[in-house]
Amino acid sequence: MEQQIVKVKNKKGIQVIPGFGLSLGVTLTMLSCLVLIPLASLFLSAGQLDLKEFLAVVTARQIVSGYVVSLSCAFFAALINAVFGLILAWVLVCYEFPGKRLMDGLIELPFALPTAVAGISLTFLYSDKGWIGTLFAKAGVRIAYTRIGITIAMIFVGIPFVVRSVQPVLEKLPRQYEEAAMTLGASGTYIFFRVILPELFPALLAGFGLALARGIGEYGSVVFIAGNIPYKTQIAPLLIMTKLEQYQYADATAIALVLLFFSFVLMLLINSAQIYMQRFSRS
Amino acid sequence: MAKKIPRSYEQDIVGDGIYSIRKVLEPPQESPNHGLKYALIGVSALFLFFMLILPLIVVVWNALREGFHVYREAILDEYTMKAFLLTLAATLCAVTVNTIFGIFAACLLSKFYFRGRQLLATLIDIPFSISPVIAGLLFILTFGNVGWMGEFLKENGIKIVFAVPGVILATIFVTLPFVFRELFPVLSAQGKDEEEAAALMGAGCFTIFRRITLPHIKWALLYGMILCAARAMGEFGAVSVISGHLRGKTNTLPLHVEILYNEFHTTQAFAVSSLLVLLAVLILIARNLVEWKRK
Repeated sequence: MEQQIVKVKNKKGIQVIPGFGLSLGVTLTMLSCLVLIPLASLFLSAGQLDLKEFLAVVTARQIVSGYVVSLSCAFFAALINAVFGLILAWVLVCYEFPGKRLMDGLIELPFALPTAVAGISLTFLYSDKGWIGTLFAKAGVRIAYTRIGITIAMIFVGIPFVVRSVQPVLEKLPRQYEEAAMTLGASGTYIFFRVILPELFPALLAGFGLALARGIGEYGSVVFIAGNIPYKTQIAPLLIMTKLEQYQYADATAIALVLLFFSFVLMLLINSAQIYMQRFSRS
Repeated sequence: MAKKIPRSYEQDIVGDGIYSIRKVLEPPQESPNHGLKYALIGVSALFLFFMLILPLIVVVWNALREGFHVYREAILDEYTMKAFLLTLAATLCAVTVNTIFGIFAACLLSKFYFRGRQLLATLIDIPFSISPVIAGLLFILTFGNVGWMGEFLKENGIKIVFAVPGVILATIFVTLPFVFRELFPVLSAQGKDEEEAAALMGAGCFTIFRRITLPHIKWALLYGMILCAARAMGEFGAVSVISGHLRGKTNTLPLHVEILYNEFHTTQAFAVSSLLVLLAVLILIARNLVEWKRK
């Protein structure tokens, strides 16, 4: 009898599996304590800011240049990552060669290596006296303590995002399209740009977005190589850090809010581009 | 794909005929564009070498530059050991909290349907899209002297900001979605038929979890825990904001590296870094082993 009742209830869409209350309770409690309450306090203290003061803080020349450095370097780093990430994913999926497994395992290194270690190591490599830096210094290009250095650090932290976004899609890509195009006489480049790339584009864009978001927020690996010259190589997270060290919490909150706003808008743009593209490719 | 039959067996039945059929049916092997293939592999190898491997070599080379003696001294330094222990403690806490949260949240979102699922999934992902420095700032604004809980904590003599609990909280915050992210796709793909059947037969929720859900997510769970450990161990930005850099008290290993480096103890900084590199390589090996087992 009991089982029948449960079955009827299930048709109406009522849960059969026990433990809903428990898991909802645990999830919500932990999420609130660890994420939502701290996040709410950001907006709480933002509410106490004076609008005039807020605008004065976030439009100060030093702060604006911080945003520009963070956003532009993260953008270029994500762009370079998109190109190399696509090549890496392609090589890892489509070709067989010795050392492939090693290469595949290495991709996650930037996730596993603490950013501070990556930071000092890259600074050593690319400073004027470092192994790679000297070569470029002879050509008159300085890498460490310039925006190029910041971009390199952001490339380092962002590369796994692109590879790991593209790789699964490339693995599942049906070969028929490619073969059909080939039998119709399309050239290799034509097939790549007109058949394969459109299929990969949403995944590539997602990887680009993740790498971009990571780059904008990145602190540990960038702070060493940036040199932190005011108006030139100060990134936005560093500015928050400096304000915090001077106990100017209101200013730090204001800068953080604008940075959050930028990341949010970028994510929204990328997400809508992805949705648009998926519709476009289906129709 | 044509079925692979041992050649001798095949010859016994149909002779060599099947081979000619297979030649027609099977698509031609990879187009012989070897130049492009090797060029792409070369580009990838060069990129990985310069971006990922060379930094590792730099760390080891610099750490051992002034001899093994200096290296040993830097590693066995009192503050290094204390930082190591704190990093270990924070990582353990983060992995534990993550595992509990990940399992509950993934089960909740994949096995039950309710209003606001999508919103909840978005909220869980917040720590990934926030800069670690901002994450640290959040905790200062909550528990610090300026925060709304600051008064209360001060009266009761609880210290969170610039103390060990703050370091642990910040580490937990930045790693929170890791296990959930690994478990959720696996559980969603598995569906909920098995759990429903078990529930109808009268199994309680813990029995269902232990006997049905857990075996499905075993490897994904381990994988998520490894990723979480990697991130927790190396967290720098959030911890840097909240720790206050008290030597021997709230210094984690990455923060210790920063302090040494800024004091121009470059060799010592790289020596301590080499410890972290070792941990990172171990984590990568573990990750690959789990991935291999999963398949």
